[in-house]
Amino acid sequence: MTEIVVLRKKAIFVEEIFHEGGPRAKVPLRRAAALAVIKNPFAGRYVEDIAFFMEDLKPLGLELATDIINSLGGDAKVVEGYGKGAIVGSAGELEHGALWHVPGGYSMRELLPLSNAIVPSTKKIGGPGTRLDIPVTHCNASYVRSHFDAMEVGLNDAPKADEIMLALVMTTGPRIHARVGGLKASEVKGEDGLR
Amino acid sequence: MKVSIRKLVTMTDEVRLEMGQVISPPSRRSAAVAVIRNPYAGRFSPNLDELVEIGEELGALLGQRCVAALRVQPSDVQSYGKAAMVGEAGELEHAAAILHPKLGAPLRKAVERGAALVPSSKKMGGPGQSLDVPLGSKDAAFVRSHFDGITVQLNDAPHADEILVAVAVALGGRPNARVGGLSYEDVEGKDGLR
Repeated sequence: MTEIVVLRKKAIFVEEIFHEGGPRAKVPLRRAAALAVIKNPFAGRYVEDIAFFMEDLKPLGLELATDIINSLGGDAKVVEGYGKGAIVGSAGELEHGALWHVPGGYSMRELLPLSNAIVPSTKKIGGPGTRLDIPVTHCNASYVRSHFDAMEVGLNDAPKADEIMLALVMTTGPRIHARVGGLKASEVKGEDGLR
Repeated sequence: MKVSIRKLVTMTDEVRLEMGQVISPPSRRSAAVAVIRNPYAGRFSPNLDELVEIGEELGALLGQRCVAALRVQPSDVQSYGKAAMVGEAGELEHAAAILHPKLGAPLRKAVERGAALVPSSKKMGGPGQSLDVPLGSKDAAFVRSHFDGITVQLNDAPHADEILVAVAVALGGRPNARVGGLSYEDVEGKDGLR
């Protein structure tokens, strides 16, 4: 089975953070998110077999991941953290948001050279204006404490009841004043995606 | 630069489908936001010159960022707008000082030209509040298809002693615009109105 992905709109956000009350960073932290608002092909009824839609979403995943990398200057090597999320409109179910795990994660790991870590994620049901806090961790080692972060995203006009808002996030470094110890990015072995 | 910036944010959006109608070319807009320290937070100053100068700096910086985020030429921009949200230790007049005296000229330069008034809005607010930036044709204020607005919102700004300053641009009018009035193609572009 297959479904056409009907895309209503895309949005891209880039934050550039210079400080947060402490010393001004030599290199600002950048966080970027790409959002796509699509029609939920399963809205309004219970559909048992939905997993095939993950395959249909893969090109959109790659498009969003490419949009983010381009918004950060085009070099995937600057990316150090990532995350993903989805808001399902009220005529859908949380399980529809789970369809994003494979295509969202796959697309970023396809484009990022060192990405052994699981992509952290969150999802919820919501309406237009609902905000989503997307968790972020280091791309190559989940335990890197300086890179635990999050980015809030949302759109005032989405998702409508029969839509899903899909999101990917990438960051270029640690929290701007990271100083609570733990595994450092410089100490990552990069074998198991954890340390 | 006089301005002390904590963070800069750009956003773009692109509408491809609206009420079942394919929008071709897609409607594309952008906004650039600076979160800045308010030099007059917590005190009354009869003179707001520092914010006036900051407005001039931000007109150029944010205007250029809007154009860059869309990867277009300045001349491709058809609409613009501006807005500010002042943290609780400031006053509404601080937004006026940034937006009105000097922000417009460098913004117009960033989008090549602009005969029309830059539409604006302002309010007091705190972290997480949304700010709606009005948009209007840069060449003629009466172009009805180009009256629009874009929402900006940052969960961590503005702090009490900060101001969130936003500039927005668009490459065209609303998707499916169809309520008549002056069209962009018919603009004379002399007086900024028609």
